[in-house]
Amino acid sequence: MSDGHGHDHGHDHDHGHDHDHDEPVEGALPAAALRTRAIESLLVEKGVLTAEAVARGVDWLVSRTPTNGARIVARAWVDPAYKQRLLADAKVAAGELGIDAAQSVTVVALENTAAVHHLVVCTLCSCYPRALLGPPPAWYKSNAYRSRAVVEPRAVMAEFGTELPAEVEVRVVDSTADIRYIVVPRRPAGTDGWSEEQLAAIVTRDSLVGVVQPVAGEPVAV
Amino acid sequence: MSVEDAVAYMTGTAALPRLNGELVFDAPWESRAFGLAVGLSQAGSFTWDEFRERLIVEIAAWEAAGHPAEEWSYYERWLAALESILEAKGIAGGEEIDALMDAIAATPEH
Repeated sequence: MSDGHGHDHGHDHDHGHDHDHDEPVEGALPAAALRTRAIESLLVEKGVLTAEAVARGVDWLVSRTPTNGARIVARAWVDPAYKQRLLADAKVAAGELGIDAAQSVTVVALENTAAVHHLVVCTLCSCYPRALLGPPPAWYKSNAYRSRAVVEPRAVMAEFGTELPAEVEVRVVDSTADIRYIVVPRRPAGTDGWSEEQLAAIVTRDSLVGVVQPVAGEPVAV
Repeated sequence: MSVEDAVAYMTGTAALPRLNGELVFDAPWESRAFGLAVGLSQAGSFTWDEFRERLIVEIAAWEAAGHPAEEWSYYERWLAALESILEAKGIAGGEEIDALMDAIAATPEH
């Protein structure tokens, strides 16, 4: 049914249930959307999986995962005992917050201090703590970052706008297939009394890799 | 290899659409279809390799059909692969999906 009339289907959905359009919905997108809904309903109905499992499947790789790392750091900032457990075994510490890192390889949390700053790279490929941070950003996988982070870490960080005092030791850690790293950045000044959620909101993905430091800014309403 | 890595590291025609390293979904249904396949694999309904193979087959079939008039859509091939594996595993059949789709389409949105 390729009638090819050129008017654009600008039906804005203004909740006017007019019945001028009861021909089957044309165009691949709405049909696919409908079909996806049908499949999901059917699977839920059959008890094959739950709507929550679908949402988790999305979140796992897509959006919430950097937040997992941020939650861990925020807890470590407010709870020194948790921080010690995190530095001892990051996967177990993640599990305490209900974050499932069981399937990933060893994850080591590295604490930044006034004296030491950690920067994570994978010189061979793009090993990355996905369970905690989601998929790596493109720059992490780029040849430029992989080759330069080890040789001139300060120059690389400067390109991200990060300037560290000369007396701070910069340690570059190289991820492998067996060990992944997550940086526990320093809690920025001006965040006294912030809730864990407010703190987590300022822990960016890039700060968990060590190329930037969290900035306090204004507390985010959460 | 974990399901997570298996999904994230798909290469060739099956590689997930990305922009600056982040996954790209052009419409909400695409992320839902993504979650369905990942969720089913995590639940053990099929292995990720089984799904990936079907995805590659669906993409190849679309290409072999001489690029039909409709626009290329990675997640439509994804959806086709999902239906194919659900049918093959005896989890859900095309007719059931058709019927439910008609029912949903007939239900006015509120």
